[in-house]
Amino acid sequence: MTTTVGKPVPRIDALDKVTGRAAYVGDLEIPGMVHGLILRSPWPHARVLSIDSTEAERLPGVLGVLTRDHLEGIDAYFGSVVRDRPIVAMDKVRYQGEPVAAVAARDLATAQEALELIRVEYEELPLVSEMEEALVPGSPALHETNLCAEQHYDWGDVEEGFAQSDRVFEDTFTFPMVYHYALEPHTSIGHYTNQGITVWSTAQHPFLVRSDLARMFGFSLHQVRIIVPYLGGGFGSKSYTKMEPLAVALSKVAGRPVRLALSVEEAFKTVRRHAARLTVKTGVKLDGTFVARECLIYLDTGAYADNGPLVAGRAGERIAGPYRWPSLKVSSSAVYTNSTPAGSFRSIGAPQAAWASESQVDIIAHDLGIDPLEIRIKNMVSRGEEVRRGQRPLEGDPATGLRLAAEAVGWDDEAAEESGRAVSSALVTGKGLGCNLSGVGSSPTSTALVRMHVDGTLTVLVGTTELGQGSRSAMAQVASEELTVPMDSVDVISSDTSIVPYDRSTGSSRSTTLMGLAVQDGAIEVKDQLLELAALHFESPVEELSIEEGQVLCRGESIGFGELIQEEFGGVAGELMGRGYVTPRSHGGRLAQSPVFWEVGISAAEVELDVETGAIRIPHYVSVADVGKAINPQQCEGQDEGAAMQGLGHTLFEEMLYEDGQLLNPNLIDYKVPTFAELPDKLETILIENGDGPGPFGSKGLGEGGIVAAGPAVANAIFRATGVRIKELPLTPERVWRALRRARGQD
Amino acid sequence: MAINETQRPDIDRIPVSLTVNGRTVTDNVPPELTLLDFLRDWLGLKGAKRSCDLQVCGACTVLVNGRAVSSCTFLAFEARNAEVTTIEGLAQNGELHPLQQSFIDNAAFQCGFCTPGMILAAKSLLDQNHHPNEEEIRAYMKGNICRCTGYKKIVEAIVAAANGD
Repeated sequence: MTTTVGKPVPRIDALDKVTGRAAYVGDLEIPGMVHGLILRSPWPHARVLSIDSTEAERLPGVLGVLTRDHLEGIDAYFGSVVRDRPIVAMDKVRYQGEPVAAVAARDLATAQEALELIRVEYEELPLVSEMEEALVPGSPALHETNLCAEQHYDWGDVEEGFAQSDRVFEDTFTFPMVYHYALEPHTSIGHYTNQGITVWSTAQHPFLVRSDLARMFGFSLHQVRIIVPYLGGGFGSKSYTKMEPLAVALSKVAGRPVRLALSVEEAFKTVRRHAARLTVKTGVKLDGTFVARECLIYLDTGAYADNGPLVAGRAGERIAGPYRWPSLKVSSSAVYTNSTPAGSFRSIGAPQAAWASESQVDIIAHDLGIDPLEIRIKNMVSRGEEVRRGQRPLEGDPATGLRLAAEAVGWDDEAAEESGRAVSSALVTGKGLGCNLSGVGSSPTSTALVRMHVDGTLTVLVGTTELGQGSRSAMAQVASEELTVPMDSVDVISSDTSIVPYDRSTGSSRSTTLMGLAVQDGAIEVKDQLLELAALHFESPVEELSIEEGQVLCRGESIGFGELIQEEFGGVAGELMGRGYVTPRSHGGRLAQSPVFWEVGISAAEVELDVETGAIRIPHYVSVADVGKAINPQQCEGQDEGAAMQGLGHTLFEEMLYEDGQLLNPNLIDYKVPTFAELPDKLETILIENGDGPGPFGSKGLGEGGIVAAGPAVANAIFRATGVRIKELPLTPERVWRALRRARGQD
Repeated sequence: MAINETQRPDIDRIPVSLTVNGRTVTDNVPPELTLLDFLRDWLGLKGAKRSCDLQVCGACTVLVNGRAVSSCTFLAFEARNAEVTTIEGLAQNGELHPLQQSFIDNAAFQCGFCTPGMILAAKSLLDQNHHPNEEEIRAYMKGNICRCTGYKKIVEAIVAAANGD
């Protein structure tokens, strides 16, 4: 019997969200709360000679000013991999927009006035704006070196592989800097006291923020409380620690809770996705068999490391694609430049890697005269196969997914016509494919508590942050299903580090799988306790009992869950608690091997191109997600559709532009994101459900795959429509138009 | 609350009277106070959200005399004598508006940050055009940005609400 799993049941936050009741950090009013503003560096690279904040401190209404001179007793540095980011600038600034000072005041107007009274003396330093310059010996150094991290993967002998290849292809691709634009900018309310810290924040990973704040401000973990209400989108922009240390330090100087609500322009100067330059060299046999691949990846991680070292690692893994490689050699580096720090963004490193890998697969297919679908299928890893040395074998079947996508977009019809089709003299159409495979799930570290109250209803406590992905609803569905109680009998409390048990993070498509398992285990523990109580009640062995619709049944008799709890505790009192622990050793150790599961990203696009203007329209776009089992099919589709549209954004027009270290377009007028106008005429999501995931009920996560292969799918379609190969994103009308003209020898 | 203008006695206030969700509101507002700040900070109606501040994203959309406006760039005093509707005023006597129900049924939101503005913009559309086709919906709604859903389910929700499904 199933109650809710597999059904498109409404989200448990639905009423809150359609009525305006849902409270986000920016909607909270904390007693005594004052308002903070940040003074940011106008220079991309400069020594900070002096800061004079005395006048600002004297302004009536100002409660505190924070500069490098106000950090006594605080370890000022943080960073998820490299602790290179100070709360406010110390000796120098490394990007335009870096926080230099902050003011807390009774209102924003006063805070603004105070900012203008802070005198900062800078000495401008030479600037590093391009990765190429950054790595030249003797170039200006942001940190001790401009090489933030370097990762290598090496198996087989690529030199021998290239020698055995019939053809060797080498291409270089570039991927732009893009910004997440979660509609809600980063917002934190910090409250520092001698006894500890409370922070209300837009944090995807509250437990990691807790660790950072405890270390930086000298508290133990139980003295630091991070509360995350609803998030207005994340996509990685709110992962790890961002503005929380500044809000807390400002609260410390102000002696009051301080609200720090960034503007969108400031959010652009907080985190972004890595721009990339990727060179891919691939050796193949004439029949299309892949023999060897060597890749050189440079990722622009901006002024601070943030998650750059991990992004470099993932890009290096993901550039192999879902293919079998007898030999593979990858070098992937994160490089510092004077720009907004780059961190996690939906499927780290994968859109960059797939852009290069999947574009080149089509280059190879065209050159060898092989159908792009067939060359992919021919080289694709299959179920049970080792995807990367030493990692978990593939549990899914990407070839079936790719065929489904191709079929949905009418691939065979076009293959029959062999090339692009002219709609009119100016309009041509073409179809393109892209696919990728990403090891996801981060680490198997999630815990949950399932509380059954005396009336048989449930409160589930999880550290998963509800950032829109529907985690609270998915967890409610899992608990509801396992305990046979209706959805509306389940509430889910998430992300309050002093109340809910530990979770590592909300990202890497991990929550439904790992936290879902923890919730399921917690629910099973409650069920076992209920059966134990029922065995006493019925004086019958547990084997003769079963549960159904909130009752324990025994030989034609039944008793409600609540009544059993009352019998145990006496009166209308008490509750049962179930724990769920997901660790590398739990579940027979089956989650220990990395990755937790493999997430496919499969896209097929039909593109209509105006050759006179370079403008692209997408009449039909198909995305395939392998979800094992859809806990909520409607929400799964929504995740995948959203990811696909975000992918079309960086494919078609999104790009942060810098000139002389100044960000030119940190606003929604100059930085365009997809609107209803860009929604493909037909946007289709196909969910594959084989029950082969490691999560509850055979599920596995999704949410990231849909963004990965948009770029190559569209560029491959343009190639098939026009014969013109474009190796840079985004595919703006101007770029496409110029490429077409160049191809015709008109430039 | 964000900009507490009681601290700025030098600025002339403008007396305004308007209705917000059917209730009469009378106050003296500074000339530069936006309708968004007035609603959120003076009246405590937090449903309208601040995002782009540039009249691009639509998260701050409210209805002024039935028309969708970006309250981040609409001054509070311009709403004098007007009827303002925010997301908090859409459900009547505890009954959801058909658009609210349709957004739930069609999974037309995820994080929910754009949703108040999205629903009010859709209401403004349907009040003017009871049965818009998909093309008209896409054209009208392009002033409201959603980063989560990819828009498809929002279009479906508006179509369903228009059809009374």
